[in-house]
Amino acid sequence: MAYSEKVIEHYENPRNVGSFDKDDPSVGTGLVGAPACGDVMKLQLKITDEGIIEDAKFKTFGCGSAIASSSLATEWVKGMSIDQAMAIKNTQIVEELNLPPVKIHCSVLAEDAIKSAIADYKAKRAKTNGNS
Amino acid sequence: MKLELPIYMDNHATTQTDPRVLEAMLPYFTQVYGNAASRSHSFGWTAEKAVEDARDKVGALIGASGKEIVWTSGATESDNLAIKGAAEFLKDRGNHIITAQTEHKAVLDTCKRLEKDGFDVTYLPVAKDGRVTAESVRAAMTDKTTVVSIMLANNEIGTVNPINEIGAVVKEKGAVFHVDAVQGAGKVPFDVNEARVDLASLSAHKMYGPKGIGALYVRRKPRVRITAQIDGGGHERGMRSGTLNVPAIVGFGKAAEIARAEMASEAVRLLKLRERLREGIQSQVAHTFVNGSMEHRLPGNLNISFAYVEGEAMLMGLKDVAVSSGSACTSASLEPSYVLRAIGVDEELAHTSIRFGLGRFNTEEEVDYVIKLVVDKVKKLRELSPLYEMAQQGIDLKSITWAAH
Repeated sequence: MAYSEKVIEHYENPRNVGSFDKDDPSVGTGLVGAPACGDVMKLQLKITDEGIIEDAKFKTFGCGSAIASSSLATEWVKGMSIDQAMAIKNTQIVEELNLPPVKIHCSVLAEDAIKSAIADYKAKRAKTNGNS
Repeated sequence: MKLELPIYMDNHATTQTDPRVLEAMLPYFTQVYGNAASRSHSFGWTAEKAVEDARDKVGALIGASGKEIVWTSGATESDNLAIKGAAEFLKDRGNHIITAQTEHKAVLDTCKRLEKDGFDVTYLPVAKDGRVTAESVRAAMTDKTTVVSIMLANNEIGTVNPINEIGAVVKEKGAVFHVDAVQGAGKVPFDVNEARVDLASLSAHKMYGPKGIGALYVRRKPRVRITAQIDGGGHERGMRSGTLNVPAIVGFGKAAEIARAEMASEAVRLLKLRERLREGIQSQVAHTFVNGSMEHRLPGNLNISFAYVEGEAMLMGLKDVAVSSGSACTSASLEPSYVLRAIGVDEELAHTSIRFGLGRFNTEEEVDYVIKLVVDKVKKLRELSPLYEMAQQGIDLKSITWAAH
């Protein structure tokens, strides 16, 4: 299978690889996929009190398209509000990376990772607010 | 010698045609182009002589007579002809077929078709080392068993089956024994008489011959009969009609002749290269697992799982090296390799497997280049892997409830 230039570019120079402290209250962590299915994405968002995503990091076990989808997702969400990030659709990732049909699940996983990280952040906030 | 990229290390998929084979074939396109079935002129006679000469050479490779060789379009056709042909011919005697879970799709899908036509098929599990045992064949045989089909060597993990022992068991019970010998013939010793084989599938392009030509060995003493699957002019003693592809047959003959002469020395050289590759990788990369028996294995095969690194991502990193992966992502089905699953490899590790297939034209320089590249890419991809990070933190990946998608 031939890869699009954009997938290759992200694969060779992945953006925002790394991890934040998952116990930091300003960090939301999304861990989606399963090793048995061949893809696992960990996406972390650092979010300000105003609800702006100031930084993002990822690590991905998966094919080149999965790596590119998560790398692109971190690039896109930086500077977005939570609501804007929630509105990102997998089809936008498919379009940007020219993913073939067999790789659409990679983009779905990236969308899930963003949503899951935000849900984690919101759950943490609710817990902190409840305690104070 | 200067290293040239890309490097080909996928010799289970196909092999480069040996220049000596090509040279032998060339006259049969433009000079000796007669139809081997033409009996009325010298064009036909010369072509026929070349075909018969090749038949003897292919037969000699497996300890058979040239008279027992039937030309086909390739091993897929040979497998179809052998299993369907024998099962149909013997259907009044029984309807039970035995094969193994790790066989090639050409055998498995042929058996599935026969199941739809009313045959019963037993798909034998294999041991953890990837081999079929003679005991498991014996235990599966019934009075209704007519055909047993077991491969000589596996195309993914390179494991070599105890064909001689299995053959003895099959003949005790009087069933027809078919061996898909595509990966093993010309690479490891294989003799149809020692193994008591009735039918054996061969392919030229896996042994440095041309694509599009295969053979089915059909035993003459005692005579094994099969029902033809392609009807027509009655070529190949009625077992496979169709005009013979003379240049390809000549090439197959030459390839078999070379394989027979050089198999022993080539096996020593390939084993040395394979071990250089394996040691080079495993001495520098932790958490790697070789899939399948190390002892009973094709000399050129290395199938290895790199934990925490997905196979297709590895292939992408090894872009100047032609290898293949058992990862789901490289197949249309999105299922990881059924061969690795059959030998009990976790799905997770099946996704991380890479198959290196070394062949006649690989060099030590190429192996050294590949070792360096693999070590470098695994390191890079593990830095990117959340699973590696978790494993480093001491988190048991099996303790996590993963959401399957």
